[in-house]
Amino acid sequence: MYNSIVLVKQVPDTANISGKVMKEDGTVNRSKLPAIFNHEDKVALELALQVKEKYGGKVTAITMGPPRASDILRECLYMGADEVFLISDRKFAGADTLATSYVLSEAINKVGNYHFIFGGRQAIDGDTAQVGPQTADKLNIPQVTYAEQIIDIKKNKVTIKRKIDGGHEIVQATMPVLVTVIKEAAEPRPFSAKKVMAYKGAKSLTDLEKLTEGNSLLYTDTLIHEYQERNLFISTLTMDDLQLDVDRCGVKGSPTKVHKVESVVLAGGNQTRVEPTKDGIGILIDKLLEDHILG
Amino acid sequence: MQNLSNEVWVFIEQRNGKAADVSLELLCKGRKLAEQLHGPLKAVVIGEDVKAIAEETFKYGANEVLLIQHKELKNFRTLPYSRILNDLVTKFSPRIVLFGATVIGRDLAPRVASNTKSGLTADCTELRIDTITYLGKECKDILLQIRPAFGGNIIATIITPDNPVQMATVREGVMELSPLEKPNKVKITEIPFLTDPTDALVEIIEQFHQENKVNLKGAPVIVAGGYGLGTAANFKLIHELAHVLGGEVAGSRAAVDAGFVPHERQVGQTGVTVRPKLYIAVGISGAIQHRAGMQEANKIIAINTDPDAPIFQIAHYGIVGDAVDIIPKFIDAYKHKLK
Repeated sequence: MYNSIVLVKQVPDTANISGKVMKEDGTVNRSKLPAIFNHEDKVALELALQVKEKYGGKVTAITMGPPRASDILRECLYMGADEVFLISDRKFAGADTLATSYVLSEAINKVGNYHFIFGGRQAIDGDTAQVGPQTADKLNIPQVTYAEQIIDIKKNKVTIKRKIDGGHEIVQATMPVLVTVIKEAAEPRPFSAKKVMAYKGAKSLTDLEKLTEGNSLLYTDTLIHEYQERNLFISTLTMDDLQLDVDRCGVKGSPTKVHKVESVVLAGGNQTRVEPTKDGIGILIDKLLEDHILG
Repeated sequence: MQNLSNEVWVFIEQRNGKAADVSLELLCKGRKLAEQLHGPLKAVVIGEDVKAIAEETFKYGANEVLLIQHKELKNFRTLPYSRILNDLVTKFSPRIVLFGATVIGRDLAPRVASNTKSGLTADCTELRIDTITYLGKECKDILLQIRPAFGGNIIATIITPDNPVQMATVREGVMELSPLEKPNKVKITEIPFLTDPTDALVEIIEQFHQENKVNLKGAPVIVAGGYGLGTAANFKLIHELAHVLGGEVAGSRAAVDAGFVPHERQVGQTGVTVRPKLYIAVGISGAIQHRAGMQEANKIIAINTDPDAPIFQIAHYGIVGDAVDIIPKFIDAYKHKLK
């Protein structure tokens, strides 16, 4: 039996920018980007589910984010996660990777009882790949990054193939261990139709609070109880639940600050247009040969 | 904050007794940063029998090497390496620590930053020292860490205003290699290494190295394809054109993600930075992350169906049209001219 905690993140879909999210000045309207399940985190969940299927155990997914991040927790349930936690608090906003890893490590300590922590190598919104190692440091456990395959698990040792610069290596790590995975590690399974039916009504605290707003007949506490009974409550852990040091959370706990942000303006430039014809291309090649760029 | 250090450190990554190119590039950048801070540039060299690497760093501007040698340190392993750096950074509190944004650097730097509660900025495309005002407070001689973010749609300048140590990672090829004409005087400080039981928590069983046959950095002509090519079959056109021009094949991140081209051929912020004589971008929209890796090419040709694609902004020659139509014409015309 091996228990896994999987760190997942909801990210803006920065890879597929369509005209719909462009502002008139040619910059991207970030608030309009659709929010998606970070792919490598999904791969991490898949790997955790495979470990569970082979060796038994429990898979718990946790995410830190705004209330709407509960969307991806539902998706974790659809794939087969046993339990999910939303780590959410206004005071977490603006966290850099250091502050994020502090909150996550405390949440992991609260969930406890794990052999593995899995996560994607990096999230596509920042591409930093820092939160995994920083969380491992705070938990004082070893890390294996860029994991491509779990070769074997025996007793408290796991053998992992990982990518390195210019090749691969096989390492053996003693559990508990934090493992970040690359996309080659697994193909995430599709949602189970049965689980979608079972969990599509799963709700977080904020979801339930919205239901009670403007409806005096409903009480949040009663609803929580009811959803818990039906196994449809997405537990939310806040700063108070985790008894965190406010100075280490959010903007306050982040050593790096964004000093300046410049939107990249996607407007036309002033290059030489070449006609897409044989003659046009011929003239271009002449010029390149003449300038000794080609030939 | 008072009594800030003026030291700049570079972690020298080594594999099989050879220093990584990116580490030497960072020494060259670090040298300039150290000059501005009027402080020394120090190289941290960790490994087994790596004195030759330590000596090599003086050619690139190191004033002192902190050398840690032990047979347990032959290959990079997170726990012993990070333990060494945690102790050194805690003890000396250097102003800046730079790492290559390699697999090793990206494994090590965040662990050290977490342990020493330092700021860390990944994949910087530019590093500069300046005095700025942040929230009404003057930050003197602070490191400006510039990087594309948010899928390359914004360029962010990141600072670490309230912590003594500022850390950054940089990809290979981003900073230019400029050895000193006359190497610095050699000053090596050996630091003893004490093993620890936790070092055994992760053991390397086996390593496989495939010689990196791809040499994008040295190629005079690069033909790069993007997601806009649509299919792997269309991507073959990129290979054909590169073959005819005697160039190398590359791809954008989207093309790598789509499986058209392997990751070692990815150009851009999270791939390789190149400066060829000619860069032909085919079906590449030109997100800032890609441009960060190729905009210093001598000449850039962009081929794209979308006349508004941002790649045209930086291209010297733009051809609006479908690659499936244009590339065969290009190949024909080129062969014809050579006759």
